[in-house]
Amino acid sequence: MTAAVDRDATPQGGPASGRPGPRSRGLHAALTVVRLGPVLLLVTIMAVLAALNPLFLSPVNLGNVGLEASVVAILALGQLLVIITAGIDLSVGSVIAMSSVIGALWIRDLDLVSGWLVIPTMVLVGGLAGAVNGTLFVKGKLPHPFLPTLAMLMVARGVALLVSDGQPITGMPEAVTTIGSGRIGHVPWAVVLVAVLAVLVYLLLRRITWGQWIYAIGGNREAARRVGVPVDRVLISVYVLSGMCAGTAAIVVAGQTNSAYPTAGNLMELSAIAAVIIGGASFFGGRGTVVGTLVGALILGVIQNGLNLMNVQSSWQYVALGAAVVIAVELDVLRSRLETRLRVVRTEETEG
Amino acid sequence: MTRAPQPPAGTDAGPPVLEVRGAVKRFGAVTALAGVDLAVHRGQVLGLLGDNGAGKSTLIKALTGVHQLDEGEIYLEGERVIIPSPTAARGHGIEAVYQDLALFDNLDVATNLYVGHELTRPRGWRGLGWLDRKAMRRDVAERLTTLQVHLPDLRGHVGLMSGGQRQAIAVARAVAFARRVLILDEPTAALGVRETRNVLETIRRLPEEHGISIVLVSHNMDHVVQVCDDAVVMRQGRVVGSARPSPQTVQDIVAMIVGATEGAAQKGPQP
Repeated sequence: MTAAVDRDATPQGGPASGRPGPRSRGLHAALTVVRLGPVLLLVTIMAVLAALNPLFLSPVNLGNVGLEASVVAILALGQLLVIITAGIDLSVGSVIAMSSVIGALWIRDLDLVSGWLVIPTMVLVGGLAGAVNGTLFVKGKLPHPFLPTLAMLMVARGVALLVSDGQPITGMPEAVTTIGSGRIGHVPWAVVLVAVLAVLVYLLLRRITWGQWIYAIGGNREAARRVGVPVDRVLISVYVLSGMCAGTAAIVVAGQTNSAYPTAGNLMELSAIAAVIIGGASFFGGRGTVVGTLVGALILGVIQNGLNLMNVQSSWQYVALGAAVVIAVELDVLRSRLETRLRVVRTEETEG
Repeated sequence: MTRAPQPPAGTDAGPPVLEVRGAVKRFGAVTALAGVDLAVHRGQVLGLLGDNGAGKSTLIKALTGVHQLDEGEIYLEGERVIIPSPTAARGHGIEAVYQDLALFDNLDVATNLYVGHELTRPRGWRGLGWLDRKAMRRDVAERLTTLQVHLPDLRGHVGLMSGGQRQAIAVARAVAFARRVLILDEPTAALGVRETRNVLETIRRLPEEHGISIVLVSHNMDHVVQVCDDAVVMRQGRVVGSARPSPQTVQDIVAMIVGATEGAAQKGPQP
């Protein structure tokens, strides 16, 4: 983002490209600060918490923050793909419950306590739920993905309760409990898993054509269709990937508690959406980054952890999280205002 | 390329690059196209004129695969084709610049030019290949130099650019990939004086230097006279006449557009 300032300042392509004047340069600087907003917010919160409580920055506690943020981060990486296409996936919280309970059937019904069976099953069930979401949205010609994913939110929770008879299934395989609560040194395995997924999503979005199409659809869906992007297939795929992320989050949740339970993941979809938005993605689609999303998940985790350390009532945590969402969305509004202003100023400078 | 100095009607022997015969398109009770015949020859700049609602946009959308004709045929270099989708139109070498530009504001200039036909490694992997951004930037720079199209910084985001720059990008994208026919729907509507001149110069140069035919939709008679070899006038879903645009024929063309010539006996344009 900062590099763009320098590049824009060097005129290229002949006399047609006007030289940016002082006003547009000032606006560009302001935009850069606003775009860094999430990172600045995270650093500020961490600085305040560190000042209030020295324990906050201890390696063990930072590991705890990572562990607490990991489930939301995994969901948010999938949600990011959906939100870039200007969509939303409300089902992921319930899909955690459904995939963990179905994955645990190997253990309950067949007594097969094997990570090789349980882990792929959970991811697969999540992916299937996503495929249903995406197909209903695209092929069912529903006006907005809010509807199919809201339906899936209810159905998946229902299936989880039905399949489990409302009872938790305990005794997860060692692989699952290690992913959920094991650590290498101070670093939880769940954090390693988040890092691996983040790299994969980054490569998809920034290096692979499919990911470019995800951004293109979010920027202008009709134009994407006109230039030959397989819009329907790309849209379905982001819901499949979001579902698979929910299935992966289910592994972590089951590992943390050593059980699969039908109330798992309740309301988690809202934290995931909040993390993506706090991380600077636009609700209107077309923008959002992996790094921002991880920062968003960390902001949520840090607020929660910090307030816990200070023995603040959990009710206040919700208030603080809500405030963070509002600040992030206001930053997004400010950003688009600045961009409009910049475009006007540039037009005046190049053509006036 | 093999353009005769004084082309009589077409500019090349052989079948027209693009021909439409008996095109009919209805939207419910409204007949947007009522049997249109049109031929575009190789290297020709054809003005497509007419008042609002004359059927120009519908015809263009049929040629670019956005609409399907109810009746009639489309021929490309003498062969009958069906254009079921925008992708198919592109495959036939037909590119269009739409009035709404169809740009991706959230992507940079180079990416905007390539969305839908990205260069990948390995080649031909389409959606699953790695983006070869270097090759795309090189390739696009080459194409734009050949076509003498100037764009602002290729890495800049389109959403932050001025109206003129955005229009230039949309034109450049179509120009860079058109192999047979380039359709321009009011390409200078949002442009300043200098940008308009650039676009018009590009339109004049392309057919001679690259053998591309151009269909230009415009309301600006000065532009039509400047760049078009021939002009076809549409009214109420039909082609009502054609002329070679020149300062002398402008009056007649305008008369055809508003419907004053056909019904010369009647007084006034329409009841």
